Amino acid sequence: MNPLSGLNGFFRKLPVHLAVIAMCILWLIPTVGLFVTSFRTREAVRTTGWWTVFLPQPQAVGQPEYTQYCASCHGANGTSISSANLSDPAVVNQYPSAASLLNMLKQPVNGAPHMGTISLPATPKDALNTLSPVATYLQTLSGQGQEVSGFSLNNYVDALVGYKGTQDYLTDCAEKVPSTLAVFTCTSSDLLNPAGMGLAFINTVLVAVPSTILVILLAALAAYAFAWLDFKGRQWMFALLIGLQIVPLQMALVPIAQLYTALNMQSSFLGIWLFHTGFGLPYAIYLIRNFMGSLPREMFESAYLDGANHWAVFRRLALPLAMPSIASLGIFQFIWVWNDFLVAKIFLSTHPVLTVQITNLIDPRGGNWQVLTGAAFLSFIVPMIVFFAFQRYFVRGMLAGSVKG
Amino acid sequence: MIPKVMKQGRLAPWLYVLPALVIMTVFIVYPTIGTFRLSLLDATSTHSAADTCVAGQPCWGAFENYRYALTNSDMLLALRNNALWLLLMVPGTIAGGLFFALLADRVPYESVAKAIIFMPTAISFIGAGVIWRFVYDIETGGGAQIGVLNAIIVGLGGQPVTWLSDPSVNNFSLMVVGVWLWAGFCMTILSAAIKNVSAEMLEAARVDGANEWQVFVRILFPSIASSIIVVTTTLAIIILKIFDVVFVMTDGNYGTEVIANRMFKLIVTNVGQSTAIAVVLIALTIPIMIFNIRRFRSEEAAR
Repeated sequence: MNPLSGLNGFFRKLPVHLAVIAMCILWLIPTVGLFVTSFRTREAVRTTGWWTVFLPQPQAVGQPEYTQYCASCHGANGTSISSANLSDPAVVNQYPSAASLLNMLKQPVNGAPHMGTISLPATPKDALNTLSPVATYLQTLSGQGQEVSGFSLNNYVDALVGYKGTQDYLTDCAEKVPSTLAVFTCTSSDLLNPAGMGLAFINTVLVAVPSTILVILLAALAAYAFAWLDFKGRQWMFALLIGLQIVPLQMALVPIAQLYTALNMQSSFLGIWLFHTGFGLPYAIYLIRNFMGSLPREMFESAYLDGANHWAVFRRLALPLAMPSIASLGIFQFIWVWNDFLVAKIFLSTHPVLTVQITNLIDPRGGNWQVLTGAAFLSFIVPMIVFFAFQRYFVRGMLAGSVKG
Repeated sequence: MIPKVMKQGRLAPWLYVLPALVIMTVFIVYPTIGTFRLSLLDATSTHSAADTCVAGQPCWGAFENYRYALTNSDMLLALRNNALWLLLMVPGTIAGGLFFALLADRVPYESVAKAIIFMPTAISFIGAGVIWRFVYDIETGGGAQIGVLNAIIVGLGGQPVTWLSDPSVNNFSLMVVGVWLWAGFCMTILSAAIKNVSAEMLEAARVDGANEWQVFVRILFPSIASSIIVVTTTLAIIILKIFDVVFVMTDGNYGTEVIANRMFKLIVTNVGQSTAIAVVLIALTIPIMIFNIRRFRSEEAAR
């Protein structure tokens, strides 16, 4: 066999590889952009594109000079000598210019020349070339110059507590800014601030988990009857289920909202569980019934002949064997409810879920990207974990037929 | 068919179906009727919609709210936009999904590539809206462009574009988000269908001298036609109800209004008009509903 045939095959396939990779990159860029941004400081988000973090960073002004003359004693961060801490603004601000820096350097340190054997420029004019970049770099070191690049989790903290100030929450808390303290306690209890993603996360779990369990329970029971029991109207009711799957939930919003008002159930968790269950059931029954119906018929027959009743057959036979379809359905329903916006917006307005809270954080003028990026990714964490852990089941849930509405 | 031995008990089956039937009746059937009733009443559901007619103006009597839903300029715009989505975004998404399914089938890292395309399916439409607002961001104050699209355009020497407020492009900007979201869904279903096509048949056609394009048009495409129909109807329903993406990105401003967003806007201020829009929405889905039930019937008959 030609040893190069593998290689030939690869080059013949090169356009295919390029097309697949190009499309993957195209699909990833929007998400990656938001993800990278969620770790950047708000100043950096506002002034430069997120992709600049992947470009070589231009060296800060004065860094080469500082490294050459000062770093051996003061250290790369300027913090090596505690009595002359160059990252402290109070120290650095005494030497704003090359001239003041030169004057200071001419003073001996502990009886020896400051710079050792290196000769200093004679006049302030000569000092301009070498010392003014150093003075600029000292400003950067002390955090007063341009942005010192670096990643932070501040956006996630801001999103969790729902903080929309001009500085980030941690800074404002450290500086005890009065307007911050009026709303926040600057303790862990802020995580439950009604405008934050922390509380919204808990609300979303409280909505999604019971809504999923309820659908699974009721759908499994009904699917068993539709697959293996005989009752009047079984055929046309099941056909009707296909139709119900695609009824737009917009149809139900107003009458159910009025019903909940009459029952004093506005903005109650029970109300939203039942609503999600109602609209989840048609597809759930359809999916599980199709799976249960394809189980071998002889098995059910012999179970009945052995004297088992419906309940025993359901619990010991149908339910355990239908588990793959129940898993698919459960994951599908869970992600669906987790990502829902419209139903939660209308039926759970006083307990905002993640999607509703994100829209509350959006600034119509287009600013505050840093909070939004953190908030968006907080809402992605759970569906992403579920998706990557159970991708097989999720896909199977989709393949089982049409998709519910 | 149900085995005879299982036909025991008249009441027992109902114990299994009744809980689900009751909830579906209360939450789907009853409100559907209620919505139709409310659509014939006025803004606060206290009088007949006919009472809102103004003398000398056109009036549809009790169906006055439908005059709004079908002739008002905002609604005409919304209907036009939903039609645009159906005509452009649905075929675009299916073509993209099919294209990727065919390509990914030929590379060894198929599962990774597919997971990347499929991933947007798992995140919320609201989250996707935030992601894409950032892609479309425009800096007008003279600073650097932080939206990746405008940064590329400016980098190539062009002028930045207001992707979301320029009426000549913004509907397409929103549709791109839709393609990004649902191409993975189409890819998954079509890819499964492609893998079901017998390899011998494709090979036989190639041996007989058919080129790849002929193999696709004559053999592959007819074999997956039923899956394409499933994907088309599913997407059509999603698009008729499209709401979250538009709500979070433009809120229907600058000529991007859609039916479901219009309905949401009126839900508090004018119940009559809002429910009339909901009825229009379900009327548009009924053909698909009938089609699906028929397809199910013929599939059952074929079993």
